Amino acid sequence: MSVLVFAEMKGKEIHPVAFELLGKGEEISKELSIKLEAVVFGGDESTAQELIDYGAENVYLYEGEQESCKECLSSLATEIKPEIMLFGATKFGRALAPRIAASLNAGLTADCIDLRVEEKEFIQIRPAFTGNILAHIKTRSTPKLTTVRYRVMKPAEKRKREGRIIKKESSVDIKKSFPLVKREKIESIDIQNADIIVSGGRGLNSKEDFKMLEKLASLLGGVVGSSRPLVDDGWISKDHQVGFSGNTVKPRLYIAIGISGSSQHLAGMRNSEMIIAVNSDPSAPIFRYADYGIVGDLYEVVPKLIEGLEQKVS
Amino acid sequence: MDIVVLVKVVPNIERVRFDMEKGTVDRSSAESEINPFDLNALEAALQIKEKFGGKITALSMGPQSAEGVYRDVFARGAERAVLLSDRRFAGADTLATSCTLSEAIRKLEHFDLVLCGEKTTDGDTGQVGNEVAEFLGIPSLYYVSMLGIDNGNIYATVELDGEKLVYKVDTPALLSVTKDANVPRLPTLREKLEARKKSVEIWDAEKLGGNTERFGAKGSPTRVAKTVVPKEEGRKGSIYRDVKEGIDALLSVLEA
Repeated sequence: MSVLVFAEMKGKEIHPVAFELLGKGEEISKELSIKLEAVVFGGDESTAQELIDYGAENVYLYEGEQESCKECLSSLATEIKPEIMLFGATKFGRALAPRIAASLNAGLTADCIDLRVEEKEFIQIRPAFTGNILAHIKTRSTPKLTTVRYRVMKPAEKRKREGRIIKKESSVDIKKSFPLVKREKIESIDIQNADIIVSGGRGLNSKEDFKMLEKLASLLGGVVGSSRPLVDDGWISKDHQVGFSGNTVKPRLYIAIGISGSSQHLAGMRNSEMIIAVNSDPSAPIFRYADYGIVGDLYEVVPKLIEGLEQKVS
Repeated sequence: MDIVVLVKVVPNIERVRFDMEKGTVDRSSAESEINPFDLNALEAALQIKEKFGGKITALSMGPQSAEGVYRDVFARGAERAVLLSDRRFAGADTLATSCTLSEAIRKLEHFDLVLCGEKTTDGDTGQVGNEVAEFLGIPSLYYVSMLGIDNGNIYATVELDGEKLVYKVDTPALLSVTKDANVPRLPTLREKLEARKKSVEIWDAEKLGGNTERFGAKGSPTRVAKTVVPKEEGRKGSIYRDVKEGIDALLSVLEA
């Protein structure tokens, strides 16, 4: 009986969502008086030790490719019978967890933003209907599978800890995957790890005006984000999208330019440390979530801000 | 190439009103539509059919009242539409839904590919596709952003962590496509008129072998214990209506 965290690897590194899962997993496992364990594919003993330092008591370490971890993970779950299995709601985790759930005939809850124990019962909280409602979900199967949003929970504290590393053999069912014929690097931004984000919304008149936001972002050392409509219209690629159906972000500074603040957008950025909003409509919901706001035409405000910042730099 | 496309009829999520007290959706407040993400799956199916021939079967689960909207799949290129409808299917979570859909797919004479959208706008879990693939015991690819056909082969592109991965798809397989995969074409008036002549097949639990323990609320390990309307916390920020004053304030904040 344990809380088992699937620690996703991103190249040779552990994806930081795993540390958040261990943080929450520690809380849950204590309340249920069960162990906290982790499983990782690829990586080495130092990877496993890192997971221990973040709170895992046991780490199941598999050699081999993470891409083909499905069979191993299902059989590990059958062997060690975890009570709860936590996955990051990354693209990889979201695609993997349903296969594990179906193979174990277990319940799976998507995209949770909080987990807790109430009267010895595991409760999963997820936004429903574009974040207008929070659903509290209970699962009656064992294990209970959950995917958890990246960047909404606090990571576990890292300190020197003792734990057990259990090495496992990978058995790969090659029949169950497709031949990879091409693999290439592409340009994309890692908006979830950005410190400063300058986002544009429907207030922008044209695609070209993102250049203005890029300028502001680069002066501040940040990256450009976007609300959903502009991504849907093809003005900017999806890796820039902030919101419920895009990326959840929690930067030190979030500047919303010409974004009214639909619940769909707020769900992705309301936990930013500082929020600045520029919008011509004083009743725009974004102002209720902003620490600072300017009611005005973004085409007047943004150039003046850029000018002011440039003067300070020079 | 015989293709099954998974389709769901959903309320228009942009327009639908919420009963904040009950925490439910007032489905009468907005029209139903085919889940927008599923249109990309239908379009992908159509493109594959154009190259390979074969038959497109749309498969959905829902109340019979959804039939009218669901018929739209005929105008969008499906030869056959099956709607799984039975009170015993009601209250299904993703596992029970996937189990029911996969039982239905097994009842079809033949299939090579199952296509689905990335997620639905109402449930927003994106889980059903891969659960269906697992129940059927076939490989799958998720978040396919491009489908190419070359020399009689299908190639699927997935973008993951700054990498573009291209796979050759062997059948049988399930592919979940994103909105980037294509632009769904609009049915012509003629196609719409033709569609009216066709009828949706309604299948009930008996048709699927009647293992009702696996269907609906009974077959669902998860349930919504309660719904909560998030408290509007907000921040009491400084909002400037004078642009100059606002800029000065922002500049001094940004400097810090």
